[in-house]
Amino acid sequence: MIKVKGIGKSFHGTRVLQDIHAEFLPGQANLIIGKSGAGKTVLLKLLVGLLTPDAGQIYYDNTDFLGLSKRELRQLRLRVGMLFQGSALFDSMTVEENVRFPLDMFTTMTAREKSDRVNTCLNRVSLDGVNAKYPSELSGGMQKRVGIARAIVLNPAFLFCDEPNSGLDPKTSLVIDELIKDITVENHITTIINTHDMNSVMEVGDNVILLHEGRICWQGHREDIMQSDNEVLQDFIFASPFLQRLRKAALQHKAN
Amino acid sequence: MVLTRLLNHLGKYLILMGTAFSKPEKASMYYREAVRQMYDIGIGSLIIVVIISLFIGAVTAVQFAYQLDGTLVPDYYIGYVVRDMTIIELAPTITCLVLAGKVGSNMAAEIGGMRQKEHIDAMEIMGVNTAAYLIMPKVVAAVMIIPILVAVSAFVGMGGGYIASVPTGLLSGQEFVMGLRSFFMPYNVFMMFVKALVFSYLLTSISCYQGYTVRPGSIELGKASTNAVVISDIMILLADYLIAVVLI
Repeated sequence: MIKVKGIGKSFHGTRVLQDIHAEFLPGQANLIIGKSGAGKTVLLKLLVGLLTPDAGQIYYDNTDFLGLSKRELRQLRLRVGMLFQGSALFDSMTVEENVRFPLDMFTTMTAREKSDRVNTCLNRVSLDGVNAKYPSELSGGMQKRVGIARAIVLNPAFLFCDEPNSGLDPKTSLVIDELIKDITVENHITTIINTHDMNSVMEVGDNVILLHEGRICWQGHREDIMQSDNEVLQDFIFASPFLQRLRKAALQHKAN
Repeated sequence: MVLTRLLNHLGKYLILMGTAFSKPEKASMYYREAVRQMYDIGIGSLIIVVIISLFIGAVTAVQFAYQLDGTLVPDYYIGYVVRDMTIIELAPTITCLVLAGKVGSNMAAEIGGMRQKEHIDAMEIMGVNTAAYLIMPKVVAAVMIIPILVAVSAFVGMGGGYIASVPTGLLSGQEFVMGLRSFFMPYNVFMMFVKALVFSYLLTSISCYQGYTVRPGSIELGKASTNAVVISDIMILLADYLIAVVLI
């Protein structure tokens, strides 16, 4: 579990996040949503320690994340996996070398054990037989799946996904969403997904946090979204007239 | 303003180097990376170093022969001057200036590209000490392999002097070899290796710093690569002067 208490962050006098309180539970897809510039990426970077907050506390399973020494932070990070928006695969390495990198760096496994683990992870993301390919030879969706395989290779307790569906078609996005959700439930991982893909929200959002102007303005389950009368949420989720009509029809249908 | 920026960069550079030279997570990974870098720097730069050294030696011989024309200084001095010029100055300095352009810009672009494509963030989140993993093997490899390149450069430079002066009739082969063997001071070779060590450390650490601290954008990456070469060159020449003052 990750707990955030009163987090705030400013850049050059501009407040990007203020007074954020949230709990991200294991075994659930915790989604951070919001318009561009709402502070989603900054919050995610604060949670993984790529940025330091100006105020507040972050707890990983009751461990004060901000109070950790560099060495302790590196130890904790062995339990963290992250899928980047652009996948961040090392382009001079093959798929196998990419997924194996954390094993090479942090484990004393034999070559056979590493190879087995890599194949298990690639199999889990339905990418058998691409071990020798380079990232540039893969499609965007395949690169994301390799990114997921690399993120889970050390059996993380915490998984962060930054815009996992950006640049993907709706069908592939759904595959990636379901994959992340399944892995989260199977391994009881605390997963935090930063997205503005509404399909993801409605499909996998167990705990959805809406950021607006640097504050949390709504939090709840995906099934609560339809009934919510939070204007910011409705404006954000049902942004187009088509979706607004769809929501109206759905609510009418439910009332009848 | 300029001084503040300079001190700011110096502080950041020193902190980065402090982080870079800390205990590796896994020595075998660092060793593998260092060997790869040694190959890239050593074998990858050998041809350019040989070509440049050959011409530098040749030009030194021809220029000195021209200076001697009509003087009472014996011809074999051409060999002596070529030897000392290449060992003391040309081999370490010119080789490292060239390597700053070839190896330094490459390192800055490589690390800068990794920073911009979030590879460094990805490694950081995995728990890797990125400063150490990306910088230490490069600096260690350079400090070990560049002095060898400099030694090769010195030999080839003398060969270039021979080729330019003996077949063209400026002096005989015997005279050139006599010049090479005259007034030899082993201390000059020591000075050549001191320079090679210092210059190789400077050019790699400065280039890695430029790449590691690059800001987003392709223009910034280009600037970082250019800065790596320009600042390395200036620092090499400054260090060249300081070493000359201290060691001579």
